[in-house]
Amino acid sequence: MQAFDHHTPQTLPEALALLAQHDGTARVIAGGTDLMLYMKSGKAEPETIVNIKKLQPLQGISATNAGDLRLGALVTLRELTRSPLVLESYPSVAHAAGFMASEQIRSFATVGGNLCNASPSADLAPPLIARSASAHIVSADGEREIPLEDFFRGPGESALHAGELLQAINIPPPKGNAVYIKHAPRAFMDIAVVGVAARLELAAGRCRTASILLGAVAPTPLRARQAEAALAGQSLTDDIIANAARIASEECAPIDDIRGSAWYRRRMVGVLTRRALTALSNAQPLHAR
Amino acid sequence: MAKILVSLSVNGDPHELYLDTRRTLLDVLRDELGLLGTHRGCDAGDCGACTVHVDGLPMTSCLLLAADYHGAQITTVEGVLDDGKPNSLQQALVEKGGIQCGFCTPGFVMNGLALLSEKPRPTEAETRAWLSGNLCRCTGYVKIVDAVMTAARQSP
Repeated sequence: MQAFDHHTPQTLPEALALLAQHDGTARVIAGGTDLMLYMKSGKAEPETIVNIKKLQPLQGISATNAGDLRLGALVTLRELTRSPLVLESYPSVAHAAGFMASEQIRSFATVGGNLCNASPSADLAPPLIARSASAHIVSADGEREIPLEDFFRGPGESALHAGELLQAINIPPPKGNAVYIKHAPRAFMDIAVVGVAARLELAAGRCRTASILLGAVAPTPLRARQAEAALAGQSLTDDIIANAARIASEECAPIDDIRGSAWYRRRMVGVLTRRALTALSNAQPLHAR
Repeated sequence: MAKILVSLSVNGDPHELYLDTRRTLLDVLRDELGLLGTHRGCDAGDCGACTVHVDGLPMTSCLLLAADYHGAQITTVEGVLDDGKPNSLQQALVEKGGIQCGFCTPGFVMNGLALLSEKPRPTEAETRAWLSGNLCRCTGYVKIVDAVMTAARQSP
């Protein structure tokens, strides 16, 4: 591992000034579960590390005055799985967190880290985007808020510019029910071969709005727009669901890699999308916790 | 080489250490403090052999930068004896044959104790899920799970 300077700023302005001063050569460490591996393997060789764990404004799960749920970027996966606010209103997000890594890793891996490392298989991205979450980004120059859907630019590449920090994720009040299905050989300690998040808002037996988000089958988490459009306004019969699932499998753009072939992933997108939509249309959440 | 002053409480003892910024908590426990009960297995967060408690939560110490944990309270397997004797989980591991080569054992003890402190009466499924971050290449896990369930039943 290459030598580096280490800073632990105590306030957000101090942290943002440090990041601005190093102009892209500093790496932020939160949980560090990805960065430490990159540094050990030589994939990352930062000259400066900025430890953001002490930054109060990046912590905590809270309801905002606007009725949103705010997840600080430093919220751990463990906190997500135990938060009454998350379990009550966004169980698909808690479910996704609970099947990531291990109990030990979930004790320090963070929401912000999972998103900022921008892995195509990041488990929190599909269920959060399905809930129309947004990313609150800060820098020494100001702040901005963008839809989380626009946060991912490619494998390992987020919308953060040099000097910017993800402060929090805001999730608007829930519309309809949602599920996240992670498909992997092992229940725990594994990375998704395919992840599917689906959300359905029903009115008078018909689909009012739908979200279908696919993980690990494109360079970024992918919204299956055409499949969503095929559901809008429809009565959710088996045929309508099967058609939307087929469209989703055609919309994704998977690759062959060590975890699965493109062919298999495409097939599983269809299977899991159908499974998720069927469960939601029957009002039988796959994970009622 | 960049160095940094780090204070840690380890098993209740305060330590002031002047460390290379690259040192992990696992490096510090083993190489600086001579606490060799915390084992280095995969060094990548997969095997759980290096599990310790940091401010009460189980964590894989190989993935923690020591400099990040200035001021933290660390408990290692050397700090969990019960009045100088093996605790009920350690005793159950011995009695149920949950130890063979023993390399993974300290990690299972630390993660198992974290489970029992949060869920004193876990189901077998909860126990298996919780321990999924610890690898054992000898036992096949049946006896380890049995030991955790036994320790849970024995606690008041």
